[in-house]
Amino acid sequence: MTQNIRTPLLFAIMAVLFILEGSTNFWVFSGSWNTSLAILNMALISAIMALGVNLQWGYAGLFNVGVMGFVALGGLATVLISMPATPGAWSAGGLRIVLGIIVGVGTILGAVQIRKKMSPGRNRGLLMIALLVLGFFAFRYVFDAGVEAIEAINPAQTGNLGGLNPGGPENYKAHGYMTLLAWPVGGLFAAGAAWIVGKTALGLRSDYLAIATLGIAEIILAMMKNEDWLARGVKNVVGLPRPVPYEVDLQKSAEFAARAEAWGTDVTTASTIAVKLSYGLLFTAVLVVLLVLAQLSLKSPWGRMMRAIRDNEVAARAMGKNVTKRHLQIFVLGSAICGLAGAMMTTLDGQLTPNSYQPLRFTFLIWVMVIVGGSGNNFGAVLGGLMIWFFWIKVEPIGNWLMMVVTSGMEDGSGLKTHLLNSAAHMRLFSMGIILLLVLRFSPRGLVPER
Amino acid sequence: MDFLNAIVALANFVLIPAISYGSQLAIGALGVTLIYGILRFSNFAHGDSMAFGAMVTILVTWWMQSLGVSIHPLPTALLALPFGIAATSLMVLTTDRVVYRFYRRVKAKPIVFVMASIGVMFIMNGIVRFIIGPGDQRFADGARFIMKARDFKEMTGLREGLAFKTSQGITIIAAVLIVALLFWFLNHTRTGKSMRAFSDNEDLALLSGINPERVVMVTWIIVAALITIAGVLYGLDKSFKPFTYFQLLLPIFASAIVGGLGNPLGAIAGGFVIAFSEVTVTYAWKKIAVYLLPDALEPSGLAQLLSTDYKFAVSFVILIVVLLFKPTGLFKGQSV
Repeated sequence: MTQNIRTPLLFAIMAVLFILEGSTNFWVFSGSWNTSLAILNMALISAIMALGVNLQWGYAGLFNVGVMGFVALGGLATVLISMPATPGAWSAGGLRIVLGIIVGVGTILGAVQIRKKMSPGRNRGLLMIALLVLGFFAFRYVFDAGVEAIEAINPAQTGNLGGLNPGGPENYKAHGYMTLLAWPVGGLFAAGAAWIVGKTALGLRSDYLAIATLGIAEIILAMMKNEDWLARGVKNVVGLPRPVPYEVDLQKSAEFAARAEAWGTDVTTASTIAVKLSYGLLFTAVLVVLLVLAQLSLKSPWGRMMRAIRDNEVAARAMGKNVTKRHLQIFVLGSAICGLAGAMMTTLDGQLTPNSYQPLRFTFLIWVMVIVGGSGNNFGAVLGGLMIWFFWIKVEPIGNWLMMVVTSGMEDGSGLKTHLLNSAAHMRLFSMGIILLLVLRFSPRGLVPER
Repeated sequence: MDFLNAIVALANFVLIPAISYGSQLAIGALGVTLIYGILRFSNFAHGDSMAFGAMVTILVTWWMQSLGVSIHPLPTALLALPFGIAATSLMVLTTDRVVYRFYRRVKAKPIVFVMASIGVMFIMNGIVRFIIGPGDQRFADGARFIMKARDFKEMTGLREGLAFKTSQGITIIAAVLIVALLFWFLNHTRTGKSMRAFSDNEDLALLSGINPERVVMVTWIIVAALITIAGVLYGLDKSFKPFTYFQLLLPIFASAIVGGLGNPLGAIAGGFVIAFSEVTVTYAWKKIAVYLLPDALEPSGLAQLLSTDYKFAVSFVILIVVLLFKPTGLFKGQSV
């Protein structure tokens, strides 16, 4: 089968699966359009993340296992942009925090300057250490008091700086468009973090980048869990504003009720579906724009250069290409897309819960999507995102069904039977591993291979 | 007196925990470094294989406990350890046979091996959670302490107590034994020498008639022993929870890289460097400062450099610094 038929066919199969999920409750399908759309929305976001990872891996061969960190930074951006500023927080400690960060960054830059300007030797080392130690204590002195002051403000509800929403604490939900502004900012945040990692770890051997990114993701998460002044840490931020209407408001509107009646559904279901649909349309729009850009770039001279570098670094370098710089560029771009997707995800959830970020779910699952879909092919990455997310959700009911079949011969209430039935949830990780290994082994270029 | 108190507090809260944690990391990093030296890839399934080994040991321990077998005052887990090692060896040999051997044969790029190891990681994760569940499991028994803080206080009359847990003692003794045994094996036996030869120069080793499959098999068995021991020791010392083992991946990798990937001596040094920095940076030094400094200089806060949750950041920063300034690690490891 040529790829011209295969790609649309695979996408069509996915469409059929989503339609089945919405329309029939046969086998593992739920028969609810609400569930189907909820899976689809998350699948669209996953597809965007997969696009970002594909940019890094498929175009340039960079192995980034810190996707979770960049996604979480996007979520942070959503809070920092779309929530209202906490009254009094900025005046209480904002200045000290900003000053503290300036001191911290200044210290590091100073140390870098010392290293660059002075000749190597013991003096240089001692001076650098002295500056770093002094700088650290100065940073803590300025910074900690600010943090304390901010976290003391109404800690049960806020205790953080809050964001830029012009509506203020009472009326911020009316300014839902702020979340849309947060999406590109999430991309920028992730790009910044990626620049720092890339600057240090790119140019070394490939597994070092992997380990460095694994580390930065853990640190970003640790920061988000601990720095309560930023986004309340593990106390979570809930009730983020939305770019789409609220179900309650829809239900109140007479016009909407009339339309729901015309469709033949009750108003409550219609309102939840309408909200999910509008999210879905927003996400699809972003996905399509990114996909078009990615395809254009892949076909451009820049994309050809990228693939040339990936396939033979030495030759590309000999042709005068700055490999390290190009790698940094594409690493930052790919991570920015992950950050953007992270901001979208937090918008969809309506809350930021740092504890829910798990590397298996947000880093390695995205990798499975890219590998299964077809690395180097943007349509492959999108297909992988849709498909793997659908299965990730559906493995649980399939596992339950399987366990029911397996245990049907066993005595009711026996220890093994209960254990098997309760453990069906863990089939997810297991089956993802199997899928990844099978694809790697028998179809290493994925379902939709690179042309 | 104050000086002695300070030293005891330092030993109690910094030295002993750091040494035992460092030993656990060192044993884990030895496994990573051996796989890197022989099979030439970074094994992302390492942490979860540790969880697997520890899980089998825990299951056997429970079975033994139910039979009433005990080696009091030592924990029963030590008796169950050989079973854990056997099961883990079988498991890693199976993954090698089913997964990695194919890529060795087609001479795949190292990154493909890493991908495959991620697949293995998922499967291990699933198996462990499927069998024992994602929660905390306790399996330590026997005497909890070699030295209790209260006994120490009575014995010496100092204000500070020194507690020394059995698990910490076992960890340190085990680490010394394992390292001695491993180095003897690598330096003095024929198989060990062929492993080192294979790691140094694969083609030359093949030319001199070393059977690569045998070297790989021996490596996996040694790695299985190392990861099971590291996993069980960590579980005895803290507690067993599958997710913490995944998180150990970062400090273990950091230890191996800081020491120099592929260099066993480096892995041990790296383990202690990481453990000591983690513990010293996240320890609240106030207690010790109170003893040593005159009253006027006493710190008002906890004198903690970073909160404990940032311990991963410590491994990471050390890793980055080493990568930037000495990419081959403190001891010369392989390649750049």
